Amino acid sequence: MLNIENLHAGIDGKEILKGINLQVNAGEVHAIMGPNGSGKSTMSNVLVGHPAYQVTEGSVTFKGKNLLDMPAEDRSHEGLFMSFQYPVEIPGVSMTNFMRTAINEKRKYLGLPPMAPTDFLKYIKEKRDLVKLDAKFMNRSVNEGFSGGEKKRNEIFQMAMLEPSLSILDETDSGLDIDALRIVADGVNRLKSPETSVIVITHYQRLLDYIKPDIVHVLYKGRIIKTAGPELALELEERGYDWVIKEFEDSQK
Amino acid sequence: MTPVQNYIDLFKQNRALIDRGSAGALNSARDNALDCLLRYGLPHKGLEEYLHTDVGEWFEPDWGMNLARLDMPVDFAQAFKCSVPNLSTQLYFLANDSFASSETASRNLLPDGVYAGSLKDAALERPEILEKYYGKLADMDKPGIAAINTLFAQDGFMLYVPDGVVVEKPLQLITLLSSKVDLMVNRRILVVLGRCAQAKLLLCDHALAANQYLTAQVTEVFAGEDSALELYDLEETHYANRRASELYINQEADSNVEIDYVTLHNGRTRNTVFSTFAGRGSNLSLNGIATVDKEQHVDNMTFVDHRVSDCTSNELFKYVLDDSASGAFAGKVLVRHGAQHTESQQTNRNICLTRQARMFTQPQLEIYADDVKCSHGATVGQLDDKAMFYMRQRGIPEAEARMMLMQAFVGEVIGRVSLEPLRDRLNRLVEKRFRGELTQCEGCRACR
Repeated sequence: MLNIENLHAGIDGKEILKGINLQVNAGEVHAIMGPNGSGKSTMSNVLVGHPAYQVTEGSVTFKGKNLLDMPAEDRSHEGLFMSFQYPVEIPGVSMTNFMRTAINEKRKYLGLPPMAPTDFLKYIKEKRDLVKLDAKFMNRSVNEGFSGGEKKRNEIFQMAMLEPSLSILDETDSGLDIDALRIVADGVNRLKSPETSVIVITHYQRLLDYIKPDIVHVLYKGRIIKTAGPELALELEERGYDWVIKEFEDSQK
Repeated sequence: MTPVQNYIDLFKQNRALIDRGSAGALNSARDNALDCLLRYGLPHKGLEEYLHTDVGEWFEPDWGMNLARLDMPVDFAQAFKCSVPNLSTQLYFLANDSFASSETASRNLLPDGVYAGSLKDAALERPEILEKYYGKLADMDKPGIAAINTLFAQDGFMLYVPDGVVVEKPLQLITLLSSKVDLMVNRRILVVLGRCAQAKLLLCDHALAANQYLTAQVTEVFAGEDSALELYDLEETHYANRRASELYINQEADSNVEIDYVTLHNGRTRNTVFSTFAGRGSNLSLNGIATVDKEQHVDNMTFVDHRVSDCTSNELFKYVLDDSASGAFAGKVLVRHGAQHTESQQTNRNICLTRQARMFTQPQLEIYADDVKCSHGATVGQLDDKAMFYMRQRGIPEAEARMMLMQAFVGEVIGRVSLEPLRDRLNRLVEKRFRGELTQCEGCRACR
C-alpha cells in the first residue's frame, strides 16, 4: 500500500524528517507515537502533500505510484485521507456543497459521472449514521460552530464519504472526551477492511484501546527508532519514552 | 480651458435645446446648478473624498451628449433576455439617459396612484411631485456630480408610491448604454415612497456597445414614515465605461431601507451614498460587492448621518480584487449630538488575489452621543491557505477551492439581499464572474 524509503523533509529549510523508512500493507493498522517535536505532524503533512513542506531526499510510493509527484488533490483521489488535528473552519461553504464537490471531483478523476442528487443524499445519510452526525450539520458551514468533538466526528464522516484506502489519523484523540472518542473510534473500526489501512498518529495509548494497532512505531528526532507489536504502546504508556530513546542512543554509539 | 468651462460653455450654447428636450422642474433647477458648478467645480484628486478616484479627470475628454434627444435605437428584445431571469419584475428601460417605453413597460399593472416611468413625463403629468422632491436632496453645494448632472439631465426615471400603497411586484429598471459614438450620459432617478408605502426597485446597468461611456447618475430617495424600500444597483458594464453615481437617501421615522450595490463588471466606478436619518426608529442596510480584475477600479464611499435617535445602520462591503485591479472604500458614520440609542455597524472586507491588486479602505466613525452602540472594521487579506489545503486534501482541486472560497466570501453579502430570486441569481452571476465566463457584458449575452 504505502512504501516510504529514506524520506528526508522539512519546512523553511529546516530538516525535520531525517530518513524515515516505513511500509504499510493493506489491512494493517499502524500507530506512530513519539514525544512532542519528533516530526509526527510533519510526516503526515508531507504524505498528504502540504505545499509548505519540502522533500529533500527519499521516495514514497502509494499503491505503486510515486506519491511525491502528485498534487494534494490527486493524492486524495488516489485514496489517501488525513483526519486533521485541527479541522479548518470554512465560513460560507456548506458541508453538503463541500462534500458534493469533493465526491464529484474524485469521480471525475476516476472517469465516473457525477453522483445523482438523490443517491448523494442517501449516501450522506448512511455515512452520517456511522458517526452519529446530526443532519443539521449538513447545512452549516464546514466546521463552523462545531464543538471539538463534532469536528473530529466530522473528520471521520468525511473519511467514510471518501472511502480512502489509507487514512492517517493525526492526533484525532486530542480534545475528545471519552464518549466522543468511542464514537470516533467505532466509526474508524467499522470502516476497516482487508483492503484499507490506517496510520494512527498519537501521543497517548488512550485511542489505541479502541483502535487496535498491528504495529507500533516510535518516532524521535525525525527517525523511527523502534518498531514492535501492540504491546509497545502499553509499555510506552507505563514507562514513557526515555527508555526507548536511551536504548536508541546507546545503539548509535 | 478647464473641463468645467467646456461644460459651462456647452450648456450656455445649448440651453434652449436642453430645455426643449426636457420639462418643468428639471429645467428650472438648471440656473442654480450652473451657479454651483461655477463655484465648486468638479471633484478632483486633491479632495480627500476623491483621493483614490480622480472623477474630474473622467470629464476631460470632449464627450458627446445627446442634448437634441435623438432617437438612439436599442434592441430591447436582446436586453430583455438579459434581465435577471427567474425574477418576475415590472420592466422599464432607460436607453442611455432617455426613458424608453416598451411593450413590457406598461403602467397598468401597478396599484392606483403609483407612477413608474419617465422623469420628464412626470414633470409634465405630476408637476406637484417634482416641485416637492426634485433636487431637494441632491447636494450641489460641494464638488460632486450633482451639479453637472442637474445642469444637463433631461430625463430619467421616477417611482412614486403614494401613502399606504404596497407595490408587491419588484420593479426593474434596465439602463442600457448603447450608442455608435462615445457618449456621456446624465441619468436622473427619483424615488418617493409615501407613508407606509413599500416598493422594490432593481437597477441593472448594462453597456450594449463597446464604446467609451461616461455615466453621471444621481438618485434621490425619499422614504416616508413607516415605508419600506429595497433598492438594488447592479453594474455589469465593461472596461471602457466610467460611472460616477451619487445616491441621496432621506429616511423618515420607522422606515426600512435596504441598498445593495453589486459591481460585477465595470471600467472605473465611483458610487457615493449620502444617507440621512430624519425620523426615529429607522433602519438602513447598506451593502456592496465588487468583483474586479485587469485594470478595473471600484470606489464606494458612504456617508451615514444619524441625525436623530433610535436608528440602526448596518453596512457590509466586500471586494475581491484580481490582476492589477484597484478598489477603495471609505465609510463615514456620523452620530450627531442627541442621536442616542444609535446602533451602527460598518464592515469592509477585501481579498487581494495578486500582489498587484490594491485596496484602500478608510472606515470612519464620528460620535457625539454617549449612549450608542457603534463598531467598524476593515480587513485586507488573501484567501485562507489553511482552508485551501483542507479542501485540497479532500480532493477539491486548487482552482475549484479558490472559486468556492471567493464565492463564500461574497456570499455573506448576497445573503443580506432580501429578494430571494435575486439572491439565487447573484450567486450564479458571481460564480460565472469568478470562472471568467463573464469576460465582459457583451450586450448581456453572457448572463443568459
